[in-house]
Amino acid sequence: MESVMQHQPVGTEVKEFDLERQSVRDLNQFLHHGLEGSAIRSIEIANPGGRHAIAAGVNHPVDIEVRGHGGYYLAGMNKHANVTVYGNVGWGVAENMMSGSVRVKGFASESAGASGHGGTLIIEGDASLRCGISMKGIDIVVGGDIGNYSAFMAQAGHLLVCGDAGHALGDSIYEAVIYVRGRIKSLGADAREEAMTDADYAKVAQLLGKAGFDHNPREFKRVASARQLYHWNADANQEY
Amino acid sequence: MCGIVGLLIKNPALRGQLGAWMVPMLGEMAARGPESAGMAVFTQALPSGQRKYSLHAPAWDYDWGAFEGEFVKRFGPEAELGVCGNHAILTCDEPLDKVKPWVKASHPALHLLSAGKTMDIYKDIGHPSTVAERYGFSALTGTHLVGHTRMATESAVTPDRAHPFTAGEDFCLVHNGTISNPFMIRRRLEHHGIVFDTDNDTEAACRYLEWRMQEGDDLETALTRGFEELDGFYTFLIGTGDKLALVRDAFACKPAVVAETDDYVAIASEFRALAHLPGVDNARLFEPMPEELYVWKV
Repeated sequence: MESVMQHQPVGTEVKEFDLERQSVRDLNQFLHHGLEGSAIRSIEIANPGGRHAIAAGVNHPVDIEVRGHGGYYLAGMNKHANVTVYGNVGWGVAENMMSGSVRVKGFASESAGASGHGGTLIIEGDASLRCGISMKGIDIVVGGDIGNYSAFMAQAGHLLVCGDAGHALGDSIYEAVIYVRGRIKSLGADAREEAMTDADYAKVAQLLGKAGFDHNPREFKRVASARQLYHWNADANQEY
Repeated sequence: MCGIVGLLIKNPALRGQLGAWMVPMLGEMAARGPESAGMAVFTQALPSGQRKYSLHAPAWDYDWGAFEGEFVKRFGPEAELGVCGNHAILTCDEPLDKVKPWVKASHPALHLLSAGKTMDIYKDIGHPSTVAERYGFSALTGTHLVGHTRMATESAVTPDRAHPFTAGEDFCLVHNGTISNPFMIRRRLEHHGIVFDTDNDTEAACRYLEWRMQEGDDLETALTRGFEELDGFYTFLIGTGDKLALVRDAFACKPAVVAETDDYVAIASEFRALAHLPGVDNARLFEPMPEELYVWKV
C-alpha cells in the first residue's frame, strides 16, 4: 500500500495556468508529462470557472493552487501532489485519491473522496451527500457538516466531521472509522456508535492537527461497523 | 443527464439583461443535454382579461397568416400574433378553454405550448446554442426564466417532449432525472379529466403539481405533497407568474447549485454555468438540500 507520508516537492519554480486562455487538457497534459525532471515546485491555476477534472490524475510531488471554484473530479486519482482549492468544488473531489493531500477552502459537492485509497482530503466548509462513499483508506476531514448517506460501504480510512452528519451515516460500513463532533441525524444499517479509546483520541488529534482545526478530541464520538452484515443471515428476512 | 438553468432578476433596472445573462448559462449546460432546449420567460403581466398563448408549428414556413385570419374570423379582431419562425405568441382576450379546443380542432398540427398572462415558451430540438440563436434568447427581457437542455431517457426526441412542460396557466417545470411512477400519476389525473400532450414522465410531474394547485394547494404545499407522490430522481425547477421554486428528491442524485446576490438568484445544474455572471464572485453560493423547498418571489 502507498505510504501515507507527506510528499514534498523538490523543485523551486512556479508555473501558471489560466483556464480562461488554456484548456483543462493543456493543464492536465502538462501535469501528467511535464513535471518529471523539471524544477517546478508549484502550479498556480487561475480562473477555474467550475471546469471539470482540473488536476486529475497527477502522479508527482508538486503543490497545486486552484484560485477559484472547481467542477467535478478535481484532483481525482491524485498521487503525491498537494492540491489547495481557494473556492468550492463539484462532485467527486479527490475521488480515488491514492496519496498526497487535497484541501478545499469552501464547500464540496457530493461524493467527496469517493473510493479514495490514501492521502488526506480536507474540506473546510460543508461536504454534501455521500461524502467518503466506498472509501478505501483515505482520511477525510470536514470542517462543517456532511450530507446523507456519507461513508456508505466505507472500507478503510477515517472520516472526521467537525459539524453534524446527515441520515444513514455509515450504511453498510466495513472497517472505516467515522468520528463526528456534532449531531448525527441517523445511522445506516450496521453502523453503530462505539466508545472512544485512547487510540481514537490520538487519531482525532492527529487529523485535527493535519487540518489545522482547533477542536477538543474529547468532543468527538466514534461510529464503526457492528459487523453484522459480514455474513449472510437467512433469518434476517431482508430486514436490516 | 439534462441541464437546468434558472434566473430571477431582483433589481428591476437589470431586467433588460435577463436573456443576455442566460444564454451563456444555457450554452454551458449544453454538454448535459445536447439534443433539445427550451426556455420559459416571465414578462410583465397582461392587462386583466387578456391572455397569451405560445404556439409551436411543425415547419419553419408555417402559414401563420392563414392561422391569424381564421382566428380573427372566429374570435374577432382583438388579437395579435408575434411570429418567430415555427413559434408564435398569440395575444387575445379569449380564455384557455375556448382557445385550446379551437386550436386542436382547426389546426391539429400546432402544439399549444403555454397559456397565461406572463409566460412565453420556446422549445425545440437541436443543440441548445442553436435553439437559443433560433429564437433570439439573448434579447429576452422580463423578471425570471426557466430553461433546460435535454438528454432524453424516457421518451422520444421531439419538440413537444422538450422541456419546459406546462400545465394550466403561467406554470412550467423543468426536470433533471427520471420519474418512476409517471403512469400511475397519469391514470389518477386522467380520472379528473386532465389531458396529457405526450408520454413524457416530466409532464406527469408538471400536471400533478399544477392539479394540486387547482385543488387549492399553494405552490409550497403542492411541492411538499410531491415529495410523497412523485417517485424517482429529480431536481425540479418550477416557474409561476411571480415565483421560482427549486426542489430535489430525497436521494438528491441530480445536481443543482444556486448563486444569490442582491441583484439576482441564478440556478444551474453545475457552477460552470454560473461562472460568467456579474458579481458571482461575491454571491452566496449553495447547493439545495434534499426535500427542502427553495422558493423565490419576484
